[in-house]
Amino acid sequence: MDFTLDKKHEMARSLFRDFAETEVKPLAQEVDETEVFPRETVTKMQKFGFMGIPVPKQYGGQGCDPLTYVMCVEELSKVCGTTGVIVSAHTSLCIDPILTFGTEEQKEKYVRPLATGEKLGAFALTEPGAGTDAQGAQTKAVLDGDEWVLNGSKCFITNGKEADVYIIIAVTDIVEDKRGRKKKKFSAFIVEKGTPGFSFGTKEKKMGIRGSSTYELIFEDCRIPKDNLLGKQGNGFPIAMHTLDGGRIGIAAQALGIAEGALDRCIEYTKERKQFGRSIAQQQNTQFKLADMAARIEAAQLLVYKAAEAKATKKRYSVEAAKAKLFAAETAMAVTTEVVQLFGGYGYIREYDVERMMRDAKITEIYEGTSEVQRMVIAGSLLA
Amino acid sequence: MGLEEYKGVFIYAQQVDNEVSSISYELIGKGKELAKDLGTEVTAVILGSNIKSLAEDLGKHGADKVIVVDDKALETYRTEPYAEALSAVINEYKPEIMLVGATAIGRDLGPTVSARVKTGLTADCTKLEIGDFPINPMPGKEQKHNQLLMTRPAFGGNTIATIACPDNRPQMATVRPGVMQALPVDEGKKAEIIEFNPELKETNRWVEILKVVKAVGHVENIMDAKILVSGGRGVGSKEGFEDLKELADVLGGMVSCSRAVVENGWLAQDYQVGQTGKTVRPNVYFAVGISGAIQHVAGMEDSDIIIAINKDEDAPIFDVADYGIVGDLHKIVPALTTALKEELAK
Amino acid sequence: MKIVVCIKQVPDTKGGVKFNPDGTLDRAAMLAIMNPDDKAGLEAALRIKDETGAEVTVLTMGLPKAEDVLREALAMGADKAILVTDRVLGGADTWATSTTIAGALRNIDYDLIITGRQAIDGDTAQVGPQIAEHLGLPVISYAEDIKIEGDSVVVKRQFEDRYHELKAKMPCLITALSELNEPRYMTPGGIWDAYDADITIWGRKDLKDVDDSDLGLKGSPTKIAKASDKVRKGAGEKVTLDPKESVEYIVGKLKETHVIK
Repeated sequence: MDFTLDKKHEMARSLFRDFAETEVKPLAQEVDETEVFPRETVTKMQKFGFMGIPVPKQYGGQGCDPLTYVMCVEELSKVCGTTGVIVSAHTSLCIDPILTFGTEEQKEKYVRPLATGEKLGAFALTEPGAGTDAQGAQTKAVLDGDEWVLNGSKCFITNGKEADVYIIIAVTDIVEDKRGRKKKKFSAFIVEKGTPGFSFGTKEKKMGIRGSSTYELIFEDCRIPKDNLLGKQGNGFPIAMHTLDGGRIGIAAQALGIAEGALDRCIEYTKERKQFGRSIAQQQNTQFKLADMAARIEAAQLLVYKAAEAKATKKRYSVEAAKAKLFAAETAMAVTTEVVQLFGGYGYIREYDVERMMRDAKITEIYEGTSEVQRMVIAGSLLA
Repeated sequence: MGLEEYKGVFIYAQQVDNEVSSISYELIGKGKELAKDLGTEVTAVILGSNIKSLAEDLGKHGADKVIVVDDKALETYRTEPYAEALSAVINEYKPEIMLVGATAIGRDLGPTVSARVKTGLTADCTKLEIGDFPINPMPGKEQKHNQLLMTRPAFGGNTIATIACPDNRPQMATVRPGVMQALPVDEGKKAEIIEFNPELKETNRWVEILKVVKAVGHVENIMDAKILVSGGRGVGSKEGFEDLKELADVLGGMVSCSRAVVENGWLAQDYQVGQTGKTVRPNVYFAVGISGAIQHVAGMEDSDIIIAINKDEDAPIFDVADYGIVGDLHKIVPALTTALKEELAK
Repeated sequence: MKIVVCIKQVPDTKGGVKFNPDGTLDRAAMLAIMNPDDKAGLEAALRIKDETGAEVTVLTMGLPKAEDVLREALAMGADKAILVTDRVLGGADTWATSTTIAGALRNIDYDLIITGRQAIDGDTAQVGPQIAEHLGLPVISYAEDIKIEGDSVVVKRQFEDRYHELKAKMPCLITALSELNEPRYMTPGGIWDAYDADITIWGRKDLKDVDDSDLGLKGSPTKIAKASDKVRKGAGEKVTLDPKESVEYIVGKLKETHVIK
């Protein structure tokens, strides 16, 4: 067992850190304030290969491992949660399922432009009536000749209007189980922006990650080629679950980064801020809190890196991903809340970034499976 | 050939557009001191085209001899043939010391010539003196006397090294402009003028000059300024910087500022000193109404002399200032400008 | 076309200078980075590569750990890397360093050699022109723009108050200024490849046409007589005076320190 990173990963981290500090950090406040998608940053990330880190070179990717990708999301999220989730949703939720379940033609056609960053990806499962319970989903796909016809809507979609390629999960069959209960069978589809019948609804106004462009997707007799079915018909639910396992590692990395970013700011601030004639870092209350946060963050980091390692070496990694996301997300929330408290009044105003970090942290406990869902997954594995 | 054959202090008298650069006079000034310690003379070497008239001028500034290499090929500076000409002078006249200004020309010419005549070169010296090497006697090692000891900052100004060149001649150094003192002009003084022809022949190493473009509307860089009058939040307004500008003008310096000033829109980012701005190292840095946050100090603490004016006597800027004045900058700065104007007019 | 870029690993002095409690420089705490002028030179070479498909080789002389900057250069897009390292090369001044690098360069084909103008640890700006001297090449220092035109390079050569546009036939050597460009980032995949790549390692025996007497500490004409970390300035004098007295005080100090006469 070796807890030290090799030089390759160390150098990758220094690259991501350098990029985040120089290119992303100066824009973070503005992105949050204006709720505008940071297109310029995405173009830069495209240029330097950040949009296809764990994708094999043969499909235009960087040929690195999931850990390298996780470190990228972590370092970006240290300075800007929005930028972290853009990369995570694109890589884990859109590229990964095509790479895992797609045909050779689909990989050539879609993975290559996504991995080079020429195109941006998104994934849509959630619907107004179907969050944690996917059975509530209404979006349907019906085969009509050589085309699938999609009808329905999806909500809370990250990279919403900005993406070019979307993975859509839709109902394709209704079957009866052994007890005669009706159950929906899902399939996964690749849908391109600009397809007639595919439009965007309202943009969500969010508490945090405000630049990430969260939209409703609307399908009205949207016809897509038969070949755009991803994986086998009826396999959409396992594909979605497998995709979310990977996605949760990305979100865990985002949460980890937010926590680390907040702690960094906190150390800086408490060293400088003087109260009662000495810096607040000299007070034991501050020191104990810093210590607790640091220990917790490192534990989160180990879980996240372990999950990344599991993704590289194992076929199934649901439990590792669930543990990483649960712990990292709750760490992010706890740490940012504590940091705002230590900042006092300055923590509550927007000029100091920790207020934004606290708002950004909250979503990590909710999307791509709430903390409660993660607990269900973990408990399920214990009791199986 | 013995080292003792090398005699005399030589300085490279830089001219641009047939105008002697001020560094040349500074080198003569320093050269005279060294020559006195060694009991020898200072020879200025001037290279160019139609430059004979400049030789007399170098004499008035203290050179005992002037070697003139006048050749059409030397009209505008190029590494070659300048390096060939200066190397030929060194090989012919064998100086024990050869000083060159650490200018954009000297820092190109110096290394090329030193490699050609196979000797050491110490860059960007801020102090030159004659002494022993090793400085303190060491058992089993010969202590050589009358060596040129060359002191220079390194590591971005964080370390200071004194360097000798005991076994090669000439002992060469490039010298930072603005550090050494020129001598007062003596109209009556005449140097012995020696014309030398190194018979320059074009080689593959001569580059072609396509264009010479003199900077017009050159954006001044605070990093090049010898004197900076830097203002902080305490200056109070954009208009407040007018006073600082006047003071800077009197001293031939520039205005710079802290981050707060840029954030308030009083000055452009180009003028910001500090961790997120520029790192400066002027001869004199006036910190006016600057509290002295660590991020600011990191960008200016290597200035030779720091003078701080601040009304808050606990301002951290006083921890790095050589001379700190607790007082009202709005009164002190204009009065200082007036006083300096009078002083310099004397 | 073949380009060799000479790079150096240096401690990062920008912003992050660390000091020991006694005021001396804490070298161990400072990050080792690719020298900024060298990085600009590498970027210039990579841009020529992007345009013309030139092959870019990076070369450094240093301790074995200098391998890190070579890997960084490979991750940015350089094709080959050479590390010149040997105990006998230690303690070299600019003469011995340029002799060593010239000895290494004699083994390889090149059309263009690019070095940084100067390294931030030594600030001498001497090694580039001295390499050119040893190899008998035309040299253009202080480049703020580089263009390839057929078998020549056209360079904007910076001076204090002007620039010259110079044209040199290749092979030649150029020293690059940081102002030349904004160096690119590495790519993640580039980093992975860089760690799988072989780095050529040369020692004393691989240097061509070089005498032992010109290498390392022994071969350095300049010798350090004394070196000290600058003791950081503490607080100087602090006075509280009325404006008139303040002015007299400042004028006095400016005279005392020869700022004004």
